[in-house]
Amino acid sequence: MSNLARNGMSRRHFMSHMAGASSMVIPSLTMGQTLQDNAEDLKRRRKSAILLWMGGGPSTMDIWDLKPGAPTGGPFKPIATSGNAQISEHMPLMAKQMHNMAIVRSMSTREADHGRGRYYMHTGYVPNPNIEHPSYGAVLSNQLIDQRPELEIPPFVAVGGGSVGPGFLGMSWAPFTVSSTGQVRNLQMGLEDTRLYQRMYALDLIEKGFINQRRGSAATDHQKILKKTLNLMTSEQMEAFKVASEPDDVKERYGNTNFGRGCLMARRLVEIGVPFIEVGLGGWDNHSNIHTTLRDQKLPELDQAMSALVEDLEQRGLLEDTAIVWMGEFSRTPRINGNAGRDHWARSWSVVVGGAGMNGVIAVGETNSDGTRVETDPYTSQDVMASVCKALGISLQTTFTSNNGRPMKIANSGKVIKELFS
Amino acid sequence: MKRYSKMLCGKFALTAAVLIITVIGVAVDAFAQAASTSDSGIPEVKFINQQIRQQWADYQIKPSMKATDGEWVRRVYLDIIGRVPTVEELQAYTSDRDREKKVKLVQSLLHDDKYTEEYAKNWTTIWTNVLIGRSGGTERNSLTNREGLQKFLRDSFARNKYYNEMVYELVTATGSNSPGQENFNGAVNFLTMKLEENATLATAQTSRIFLGLQVQCTQCHNHPFNEWKQQKFWEMNAFFRQTRALRRFTPGTRDVSFVELINQDFAGEGLTQTPEKADIYYELRNGVTRVAYPVFVDGTKIDPSGYVEDVIRRTELGKLITESEYMDKMIVNRIWSHFMGYGFTKPIDDMGPHNPATHPELVSYLGAQFRQKNYDLKELISWIALSEAYSLSSRTNSTNETIDDPVLGETPKFSRFYLRQMRAEELYESLVTATQAANGKGSYEEQERRKGQWLSQFITAFGNDEGEEGTTFNGTIPQALMMFNGDLIKTASSKGNGSFLSNLANDAELNNTEKINHLFLAALSRKPSTNEIKVANQLLLARKGELVAALQDIWWAVLNSNEFILNH
Repeated sequence: MSNLARNGMSRRHFMSHMAGASSMVIPSLTMGQTLQDNAEDLKRRRKSAILLWMGGGPSTMDIWDLKPGAPTGGPFKPIATSGNAQISEHMPLMAKQMHNMAIVRSMSTREADHGRGRYYMHTGYVPNPNIEHPSYGAVLSNQLIDQRPELEIPPFVAVGGGSVGPGFLGMSWAPFTVSSTGQVRNLQMGLEDTRLYQRMYALDLIEKGFINQRRGSAATDHQKILKKTLNLMTSEQMEAFKVASEPDDVKERYGNTNFGRGCLMARRLVEIGVPFIEVGLGGWDNHSNIHTTLRDQKLPELDQAMSALVEDLEQRGLLEDTAIVWMGEFSRTPRINGNAGRDHWARSWSVVVGGAGMNGVIAVGETNSDGTRVETDPYTSQDVMASVCKALGISLQTTFTSNNGRPMKIANSGKVIKELFS
Repeated sequence: MKRYSKMLCGKFALTAAVLIITVIGVAVDAFAQAASTSDSGIPEVKFINQQIRQQWADYQIKPSMKATDGEWVRRVYLDIIGRVPTVEELQAYTSDRDREKKVKLVQSLLHDDKYTEEYAKNWTTIWTNVLIGRSGGTERNSLTNREGLQKFLRDSFARNKYYNEMVYELVTATGSNSPGQENFNGAVNFLTMKLEENATLATAQTSRIFLGLQVQCTQCHNHPFNEWKQQKFWEMNAFFRQTRALRRFTPGTRDVSFVELINQDFAGEGLTQTPEKADIYYELRNGVTRVAYPVFVDGTKIDPSGYVEDVIRRTELGKLITESEYMDKMIVNRIWSHFMGYGFTKPIDDMGPHNPATHPELVSYLGAQFRQKNYDLKELISWIALSEAYSLSSRTNSTNETIDDPVLGETPKFSRFYLRQMRAEELYESLVTATQAANGKGSYEEQERRKGQWLSQFITAFGNDEGEEGTTFNGTIPQALMMFNGDLIKTASSKGNGSFLSNLANDAELNNTEKINHLFLAALSRKPSTNEIKVANQLLLARKGELVAALQDIWWAVLNSNEFILNH
């Protein structure tokens, strides 16, 4: 207690109060010499993943798996790419990056409702009233965090909305949601450090008193988030969010759009060591006028940002350690409805993956001539996750224990998509 | 019973005061023996207590101890009127020696004129979010007028409109959506933006919100695990097909000035249009086309004519919904969950046969009683708020720590009060009240606008046509940053002249310890512990005797604590 009255309470001392168990001590403060020594080594082999999340359910037969001959194939024409597969004519920039990316054209899932589909594609599990499963972002950042003891900012960053939470892994693994401007609100307290720590000391006393009354996990979670928040407020790594500081020509390449800025931020976050970044692009729920919307708005925005991201990661040598997954909650009906739109469809669709050693160039699997059926081995959310785990060097035997005591295998026993690794 | 019904008649409370006091005297004696637990002689409370206790016995659970007066009064203010109690309100309750003081307080919050506005505001906020989401009406050129809907809701809750009437009005509304327009009817804003694409969203949300039936999946195919079939979705959908939302533009521009919701003749979708039997079509997964006419979930058919003159389909739907037991169960589950933190099903608005309730008899009973009491929401609220389960501490004991923790995937047994975070709106209103802040000044509309602006920082859209959204006011870092450094907290802990803290510091009638007490009471409804006083005094020392600065530090710490933000 007497420490408080003296003005010069050290941050380290303060943190040891805040932290309780030593495992909770904030990495930046405890990073000893040994860790410093290992830092370079760790940096060399640290893996990351970026999820490009297409909220609303994009029509993949108008983007990645065109059916030009079919009666409901729509007006778009396929074009050749730097890989083996053809894609939509409205994706000309991505066409030059397809040597880096693979299209999985034999996705077949069952959830065609937004909420359920978003949950399933983010977790590998269907919604269950008795348990909340952690999203892939929470799982992967949890698995990859040990590779980066120097990381002071949250390991799971979501740019824009639509992500799924940490489930039973707890609030520590929740996505840190930011807007694509990179402006994190309320970062500055405007108090001298000493006074801040004295306030935190008082706060910690109240906080612990409440926790010790055994009122449940929400009380403890709150305390963990306080620590993370304090850590982030004082970290120079927050610079990574400032996309505005990039040169103008770089910003232009990504596009002057929220998704463009989000992809640029993802690159910067990978560079600083954040293991999982999710960038959301909504507006794919095209029940009406689908083709004009795709041609004039969605595809140009997607094409520009995604291609710039893949290109930058490749040029900087980061693509070999960074997995990229492009997907939405489902896709859209091969049939075109009365409003010139397409409705929800999960039975046959595509996702796009690449990086972290996964084969680019190829298209995996195929659908029939009008896109209504998968003709080859069907793949699922779990299979995509299993493949990403393999690419990132995470064992598929990894098991979590949910808080009701049930063991849960990572990727829900999905099977690796073998074509991505041969 | 008699006493209870008398107490509900708040409008003539003054004239009846003497009578009530007399009746209480008699009633307490009469019920003292009858009531095994403290159910205040209210049969619905007694039934709730019995049912909940039965499950404790089945699971061999000992319930948590009773919450302290301070904890209980804090939660009842938060849950009924949407903010924490003031120090004066808290002390008035804790110093009351009446053994029926709980009943007194609940009835006061529900029926006293001085709380009418806050009661209506709280439930308006809750229902606005249910009906149009947190961002409804803020979209560019939106067809929803948020203020219009809130006017309707505020009026409904201030007058304590019976729930069936409110639902009927929302489902059947016609008129203009914006206040000040001719033929204004704020209730239309529930549907104005849900009619595109053949009103599929109106179908799904009306079923979910008022009946607890999740039908959205069955738009395209039979539901994999509930008995809803695709046919039912489109039969329900047929009720909305006479409805149109007409955009009225500002002259000379393409800006929507307001929207008018009307019913008009519907000719059907068939090739040969037959309005006297207006049909709609949908496609099965195998490509076969089927026809549908308006049929309610229970199989009740209505006149298939599309002529408004013959039958107004939404009016029929309004009647069918308000006659349906699904409506009773859904509202019981919604209100229960609001007070208890968990409903009888999860999610609360998915009550189909595939998702059985944890306490089915209790749901049915409360639904039936609610119907019998004319769908009076204040009756339902008082039963739940006065129940034993609601009076328990959030502290666990060894018999309920794991088996009654829904966070661990267990079904809720209500043997403890479950911690839950305040809603962003509750935080806002609590701070305005606790600090008599300037945010609480100005007209109602100005206050609401300021609050809306502040709330918008937490909304994240999911990017689909169903308007789904999330909030970052969910216990994660953006929320913690706002509590640490945000303007709202800065204002609430300002030490400028005339501020809450400066007035407290200058209060000549209180000594320093009492001032510290005041801060803890205002935020946490309890006095500080010895250790907390000790740290507060050390802060005073660290601030070199500048009292208001030390109070600022303490207030900041109190507001940032788990104990403050978690309703406990």
